[in-house]
Amino acid sequence: MSSAPSTPPSVDKVDGFSRKSVRKARQKRSQSSSQFRSQGKPIELTPLPLLKDVPSSEQPELFLKKLQQCCVIFDFMDTLSDLKMKEYKRSTLNELVDYITISRGCLTEQTYPEVVRMVSCNIFRTLPPSDSNEFDPEEDEPTLEASWPHLQLVYEFFIRFLESQEFQPSIAKKYIDQKFVLQLLELFDSEDPRERDYLKTVLHRIYGKFLGLRAFIRKQINNIFLRFVYETEHFNGVAELLEILGSIINGFALPLKAEHKQFLVKVLIPLHTVRSLSLFHAQLAYCIVQFLEKDPSLTEPVIRGLMKFWPKTCSQKEVMFLGELEEILDVIEPSQFVKIQEPLFKQIAKCVSSPHFQVAERALYYWNNEYIMSLIEENSNVILPIMFSSLYRISKEHWNPAIVALVYNVLKAFMEMNSTMFDELTATYNEKKKEKEREELWKKLEDLELKRGLRRDGIIPT
Amino acid sequence: MAGAAGPGTGPGAAGGDGDDSLYPIAVLIDELRNEDVQLRLNSIKKLSTIALALGVERTRTELLPFLTDTIYDEDEVLLALAEQLGNFTGLVGGPDFAHCLLPPLESLATVEETVVRDKAVESLRQISQEHTSVALEAHFVPLVKRLASGDWFTSRTSACGLFSVCYPRASSAVKAEIRQHFRSLCSDDTPMVRRAAASKLGEFAKVLELDSVKSEIVPLFTNLASDEQDSVRLLAVEACVSIAQLLSQDDLEALVMPTLRQAAEDKSWRVRYMVADKFSELQKAVGPKITLNDLIPAFQNLLKDCEAEVRAAAAHKVKELCENLPTEGRETIIMNQILPFIKELVSDTNQHVKSALASVIMGLSTILGKENTIEHLLPLFLAQLKDECPEVRLNIISNLDCVNEVIGIRQLSQSLLPAIVELAEDAKWRVRLAIIEYMPLLAGQLGVEFFDEKLNSLCMAWLVDHVYAIREAATNNLMKLVQKFGTEWAQNTIVPKVLVMANDPNYLHRMTTLFCINALSEACGQEITTKQMLPIVLKMAGDQVANVRFNVAKSLQKIGPILDTDALQEEVKPVLQKLGQDEDMDVKYFAQEAISVLALA
Repeated sequence: MSSAPSTPPSVDKVDGFSRKSVRKARQKRSQSSSQFRSQGKPIELTPLPLLKDVPSSEQPELFLKKLQQCCVIFDFMDTLSDLKMKEYKRSTLNELVDYITISRGCLTEQTYPEVVRMVSCNIFRTLPPSDSNEFDPEEDEPTLEASWPHLQLVYEFFIRFLESQEFQPSIAKKYIDQKFVLQLLELFDSEDPRERDYLKTVLHRIYGKFLGLRAFIRKQINNIFLRFVYETEHFNGVAELLEILGSIINGFALPLKAEHKQFLVKVLIPLHTVRSLSLFHAQLAYCIVQFLEKDPSLTEPVIRGLMKFWPKTCSQKEVMFLGELEEILDVIEPSQFVKIQEPLFKQIAKCVSSPHFQVAERALYYWNNEYIMSLIEENSNVILPIMFSSLYRISKEHWNPAIVALVYNVLKAFMEMNSTMFDELTATYNEKKKEKEREELWKKLEDLELKRGLRRDGIIPT
Repeated sequence: MAGAAGPGTGPGAAGGDGDDSLYPIAVLIDELRNEDVQLRLNSIKKLSTIALALGVERTRTELLPFLTDTIYDEDEVLLALAEQLGNFTGLVGGPDFAHCLLPPLESLATVEETVVRDKAVESLRQISQEHTSVALEAHFVPLVKRLASGDWFTSRTSACGLFSVCYPRASSAVKAEIRQHFRSLCSDDTPMVRRAAASKLGEFAKVLELDSVKSEIVPLFTNLASDEQDSVRLLAVEACVSIAQLLSQDDLEALVMPTLRQAAEDKSWRVRYMVADKFSELQKAVGPKITLNDLIPAFQNLLKDCEAEVRAAAAHKVKELCENLPTEGRETIIMNQILPFIKELVSDTNQHVKSALASVIMGLSTILGKENTIEHLLPLFLAQLKDECPEVRLNIISNLDCVNEVIGIRQLSQSLLPAIVELAEDAKWRVRLAIIEYMPLLAGQLGVEFFDEKLNSLCMAWLVDHVYAIREAATNNLMKLVQKFGTEWAQNTIVPKVLVMANDPNYLHRMTTLFCINALSEACGQEITTKQMLPIVLKMAGDQVANVRFNVAKSLQKIGPILDTDALQEEVKPVLQKLGQDEDMDVKYFAQEAISVLALA
């Protein structure tokens, strides 16, 4: 042992078991960009005079020239190249933003194609691969877009353009077409939250001003969601798209078209199955509730859908589901409630007896909701028998005293609601019986199989 | 069982044991509607039993319609059902009745959940082979057409996987229809369907007549390869491999290559990545001539792509690409057209790229031969052995055997040593573990002298690592070394050092002595075990730590069979008997176990 090169690895060489988030926190924010990279040739732009320095008759011409200049893309991954020209483009973009906001009569027909071209050149690009192999939006810092100093101003400019009082959708629709929208939607996958925020505003404006694109936009969002749910489970902009949809749904005319109902049942409900639900659950629940406020008859399919996709192992998601369900129950019509109360309370009974106390607690909080209480009271003859055995058992067995206390309150409430039935149920409570019956039946079946198997093998003659 | 059509309730069409046997079946069917998923799942998994009990006719007329009607369930249950039905042909009466299975599978093929749908398609593909040609046209093809023109995208994506199984056996009129349907799915307006079609394009091309491949598949391929969505375009690259295999060189050049060239320079890195990832397959499919003219330049571009992901994928393929080049002129091509790019990658900014390269680069030495390896590759290996990223160093070390065959490992040993030492002390225990596992291999190649001089001390240091997994691996490592270098070597170099640790103040180290003895005794043989190891083990029976004592019992059990009877009876037995009376429960337990296993009672 004497020849060992060093003492055994010292204790402070600790192994990398620290939590991912802790480790990550130490790293500097990473930046990335898939912007076209010039092959080392310096970029030269001829400086143009400021718009305010030329007579107004020459401004339109100069405006176009500046738009064209801004189509040149710089490499921001190389922090040393073209510094002067990068600054020049930045100040030009700033000037364009001011110009389009303040000037009157600047949006001539020729400017439309140039504006759209400039915006397209700058924002449309293939997003870079995620920095970490398994980018986890809950744990990891997002990779920020390196070219943001220019990109932000381009977005800013585009929004001012769309919001300008002089803006005419009838001219713009020649350039802002389906292909444009499609590329715009793909950008919602950007890891940079600042970019997604701008995109949200842009898409919202386009949806508002281009009636001809509305159906197309909805359909493409559908496709993005379906790909997200069933193919990749990866898309960074789900929350932003849902937020836009929330206000779109709000504006749907009644009666709802079949297309919209299909969207609710076949797209929004399955979105609940995604692993990263927590990142967009608030927006999703908002959309669902919007639908139900529009058309209460959708309550049943929605609740059945939630039951179908109820989380089996993820308690955190279960708590989210329970929260959403309460939001739905807040707006439910009594006539709809009656239709789904059985499956609904079978699920709630399971949640109430969950060994995870946060799940149980969240479910038991329903009994603090006055509206829900009134619905339960009206239907206590149905709900009480469903809930009873779970509640009774937990009141005896749950490990968490807070849960037991809550359950006592619920039992007490039930007793006050319907004491006759409560007494009956207490008297006949016996959960073992059913299980035993089932066990016996299965045993019979196994005997039968055995017999048949033997017979097939020719051991017992038929 | 309110709505359950006949099967359970209808009294006995079955033979002698009528009600008696059908009752549990009724229960099973009843359980198909139980509210507990697990019970439904159990029942579905016993579906073949139900069918067997009902007999082929009732299965066809009652069970299958029942299943078809009640398909609305948890995906887990549906998945089991889809799987079961794929093996059901015998249970419905053989190939003549295989078509009875189509309706439930058709509904399953339209389900949203991908796993279920895929399983349904798999079962349908399986069953299609069991159809007679007539039944195929009468039942299966119409199903494919229905799916292909379904409203919701799920049925159309499922259809994509079914064309190729029914095409070869269809009549020519039907074939034309099938092609027509496939064509329209390739230009479907949902990207999900286009993706499904693109991923089946190659498979479909293989069953088509050559003329149709040229006149129909190629245009579809070209379109998909220039789709607006990169997720579709990249799938076309995969199809390219299959299509290229079907065409002559001239057709290939005219019909496919323009598209492939475009894919290699696609603006989306995902598509370029796919080209890099499929490079070997593409290379084989297009043949040597096009490889030289087109693929090599494309490969060079991929090796210096602006996305690290793409470079890494290309770096992975370096060795395969070189191996698959025609032998004639291979060396020149590699030296002039590949190696310069590889040299760049050795100092890439991205560690994944470097590590991908390190995992294959050693393989080039066999292709390039001794002199080139020494002159051109060796400097690269040496640079990689000094790389800041441990994975790169590990990848080089783990592939040393390739180089060993060509130039012998001595050339490397001077650089190897610092690299190994550094990895051996890496802060990450997984890295340490990885290097330990290569020790026996290294020892074999470097020889006993070099090993004793430079590496032995490392191997001993690992025995006192603060991570158990490392100590355990180090113990196994010693055993393998003894197997390699022999007992004499063990007796002189290893055993004394191991036995010294029996007096270490740290009980974990004392236990390591025992673990080493467990591992080494067999390889060392009776004499060393009895004379050198046994006394130490017996002495440790008096250790104050219970864990050490019960490990003594375990060790005695382990080495007992190697000892002779005298030693067992006179030395081992009394000690075990004493341990059998120990105050600690575990010590007692293991001592008694040893006594009974060694038959010393």
